[in-house]
Amino acid sequence: MMVHYPHDAGAEAAMIAAIVVSATVGDVLIASAMRTIGDLDHIRAERGLGGAILAVLVNLRFLFGVVFLTVSFFSLLYALSRANLSLIAPASASLTFVTNAVAAKFFLHENVDRRRWIAAALVCAGVALMTA
Amino acid sequence: MTKSTMTLRRWFILGVVAVTAPLGDTLLSFGMEEVGPVSIHHLATLFYAFRVPEVLIGIALLIAFFGSYLASLSWADLTFVLPATSIGNVIVALLARFWKHEHISPMRWVGIVLITAAVGFIARGPSYTEMPKPHESVEAQAR
Repeated sequence: MMVHYPHDAGAEAAMIAAIVVSATVGDVLIASAMRTIGDLDHIRAERGLGGAILAVLVNLRFLFGVVFLTVSFFSLLYALSRANLSLIAPASASLTFVTNAVAAKFFLHENVDRRRWIAAALVCAGVALMTA
Repeated sequence: MTKSTMTLRRWFILGVVAVTAPLGDTLLSFGMEEVGPVSIHHLATLFYAFRVPEVLIGIALLIAFFGSYLASLSWADLTFVLPATSIGNVIVALLARFWKHEHISPMRWVGIVLITAAVGFIARGPSYTEMPKPHESVEAQAR
């Protein structure tokens, strides 16, 4: 049976924003941590799998990233219990691609050229259509 | 400056990222349907979920996803990894269509085409932005 929740645009926008912002902060912190740690293939070759896992687990930025991704996950669960899946899932999944591209450009200083902007926009639209 | 750091093995790891995340989510969803609704007052019921094979396989797949996602971010940009691995959504949709014979609406087919185009587009470009090392940027400022 399909459940319809009362429509409250402000609350829905706030829930989507919470999911998108926490997911973006988490992804950027983890990407930044992995960049600081260095190529895991090289670390594993030098120190073994245990050494590579340890290098990741003792990185504070990585741990904060995991905290933010956890917040994003529980925000998604909360939002799904209060609003319709057909709105929350596509909106949060597709917006995260765009906010990640913006955050990667300004905080990670990645070279987000026209090719990557177009790819992010195509994935954003594609995910929205597939999950709607 | 951007450069390509991709090898066949690294494309394989991106493939693991792409496939394990949606498959793990799907298996967890199947498994949790078997467990049934969990009340906030009886959270211990969640431990029963570990007896359901779909939940265990789903968790194993999501651990594999996270490990390969971290590895990929150590040699590729976030703005390369995320679009490149979005092909997983397409794989799951195609599995649902041809394996479980589910109906895919025209709108979802358009979504599949857009994501596939994005992956083809990003895969032809560089994968990694090289950052100047701290001593290199000091030298550059001194010049």
